[in-house]
Amino acid sequence: MENLLEIRNLHATIDGKEILKGIDLTVKAGEVHAIMGPNGSGKSTLSNVLVGHPAYTVTEGEVYYKGKNLLELSPEDRSHEGLFLSFQYPVEIPGVSITNFMRAAINAKRQYLGQEPMNATEFLKVMREKRALVNLDSKLANRSVNEGFSGGEKKRNEIFQMAMLEPTLSILDETDSGLDIDALRIVAEGVNKLKREDTSSLVITHYQRLLDYIKPDIVHVLYNGRIVKTAGPELVMELEERGYDWIKNENRQ
Amino acid sequence: MKKKDNILKKIANKAYEFGFVSKIKTEVIEKGLNEDVIRLISGKKNEPEWLLEFRLEAYRHWLTMEMPRWAHLDIPPIDYQAISYYADPLKKNKEKNKEIDPELMKTFEKLGIPLEERLALSGTAVDAVMDSVSVKTTFKEELKEKGIIFCSMSEAVQEYPDLVRRYLGTVVNYRDNFYAALNTAVFSDGSFVYIPKGVRCPMELSTYFRINAANTGQFERTLIVADDDSYVSYLEGCTAPMRDENQLHAAIVEIVVNNNAEVKYSTVQNWYPGDSEGKGGVYNFVTKRGDCRGTNSKLSWTQVETGSAITWKYPSCILRGDNSQGEFYSVALTNNFQQADTGTKMIHLGKNTRSTIISKGISAGRSQNSYRGLVRVSKNAEGARNYSQCDSLLLGDKCGAHTFPYMDIHNNSAVIEHEATTSKISEDQLFYCNQRGIGTEEAIGLIVNGYAKEVLNKLPMEFAIEAQKLLSVSLEGAVG
Repeated sequence: MENLLEIRNLHATIDGKEILKGIDLTVKAGEVHAIMGPNGSGKSTLSNVLVGHPAYTVTEGEVYYKGKNLLELSPEDRSHEGLFLSFQYPVEIPGVSITNFMRAAINAKRQYLGQEPMNATEFLKVMREKRALVNLDSKLANRSVNEGFSGGEKKRNEIFQMAMLEPTLSILDETDSGLDIDALRIVAEGVNKLKREDTSSLVITHYQRLLDYIKPDIVHVLYNGRIVKTAGPELVMELEERGYDWIKNENRQ
Repeated sequence: MKKKDNILKKIANKAYEFGFVSKIKTEVIEKGLNEDVIRLISGKKNEPEWLLEFRLEAYRHWLTMEMPRWAHLDIPPIDYQAISYYADPLKKNKEKNKEIDPELMKTFEKLGIPLEERLALSGTAVDAVMDSVSVKTTFKEELKEKGIIFCSMSEAVQEYPDLVRRYLGTVVNYRDNFYAALNTAVFSDGSFVYIPKGVRCPMELSTYFRINAANTGQFERTLIVADDDSYVSYLEGCTAPMRDENQLHAAIVEIVVNNNAEVKYSTVQNWYPGDSEGKGGVYNFVTKRGDCRGTNSKLSWTQVETGSAITWKYPSCILRGDNSQGEFYSVALTNNFQQADTGTKMIHLGKNTRSTIISKGISAGRSQNSYRGLVRVSKNAEGARNYSQCDSLLLGDKCGAHTFPYMDIHNNSAVIEHEATTSKISEDQLFYCNQRGIGTEEAIGLIVNGYAKEVLNKLPMEFAIEAQKLLSVSLEGAVG
């Protein structure tokens, strides 16, 4: 299998403070990786660095995505190349309807790929299909992006956008946070329906409960800016039973 | 990084796409202003004696006045003797034959305003004004069949002197302000509209103003009269070439709305705003006012202001008739070194009069953007209502947004509501868009258009699309 994502010795800082202290991680096409770890271990930093958030500075290391140097690509181009982040805290964009927003996103990608813009009829058809996939209310689709949405609606909207953009590698950053069990199930089912053989996911989470629905192939534990443990899905249960303290103790010098 | 800066610079300079100059033989009179110049302009237009007297009176009054200083604007000194007050692109040609210079037709075509009726936008009649003269008015004959008069002001003075005399200067008196006096003294062309009793104007009427000649001022004068039970929607667009010198545009628009009549006046103002260093650009000092004289009359102003180096403009409604209604919807965008001080006045005189003000300011670059609005309710205006909403959106931290709402309420039954917000486009919003593949400039355009949606929705369809594009283009290079 081909390496879709290859992270080598990645170091990153925010406001001069080092958060990632040498990450190595390889994701092959078709794999689902879970990244777990206690609060403040660098999970969200990792996802933000991968999509090129300007607040973070990469100080060392390399990231290859589809064989390309990911760190040289603008955030837009990373998106066009099939990288998607489901945000932990999706922002509100008042006055911009989800429809207009998605249309701009899809047509920007098509332009990047040298394709004609999608016509209105086709676009609305795709919207309908994808909306059904994640049970997104049609009323919601006409509202401004995330404005006045509940926590669950925001996350569902993220997965809807994921469905629209059909990414190759999706990063789900704490998608379970703030969701009740029903909302969690709907969101997770949406993600599973979107899974294809050649697409991969990085599921970032503090708890095991999301991983009851989205089954990972490989589980990593991130602690203090490094991946300190990598194992199969059985690690999820172990963490659930023992908590993170033993990880912390193992890594104490 | 340097490469990126260069690209942004290029875009910023490219952004004004109407900055070309047309090579048209234009008769421009000597620079300077005195009574002889006014006589010359009046003579060229073959005006009746009363109009000349009217101009001279205004001029003499103007000499006693000073430029208003109360606005939040930094206006460099203007040498009124260094301006030419009349420029006629038709003159040279007229002597030979009656045809319009093809270059002139081409200019308007380039601006997206075809003057041949077969090419015209559907349902829109156009009066095209370049510098001091109306070039052509389309669909005049069709409108005449319904009794609607739509022509240039100069023509109206010749053809309908009684109507003009009856209404001209009755809404905006030349004593009103410095620029109103100046305009009354030297006004050149503009449009005249008369909608007779009971007639609903079947098409949009629109005037397109173009400044072309250098070192000239444009002093447009527009008068719209909507008689009882009539309706008209009127649109105004403006552009000018890119020049290093500032150019003065001092207009007066007067609107009379009689019983049960309704007038919608929409403006997309895109005068040259100056370059990214603040050099050049049009000074847009304009007095626009409507008098809702009739009961149940209604006047609605919608403006999208993206142009001009300096804007000083307060389209207002005098709600004289009982149950009359005034509306003001505005988007004012300033970028680079632009300054705008704009808003409205709602003067409630009649009973049960209502007014709505929605103002959306957008500031970027080093620009200064002020909303200034007055709501006055007179002693006899029982049951007046006003709702005002003034929002400001800031892009970057070097620009300024200011709100100056004045309320002058003399009747206890009045219900006045005022809301104001200030917001910024956040880095997080832009990054969210970037992550979805939308570039920063497009993202700003999207967010700004979303913010201004309430006002843009009030514009006629074709204008709304133009205005949307304009808002995005005007902000290109606004963030680096």
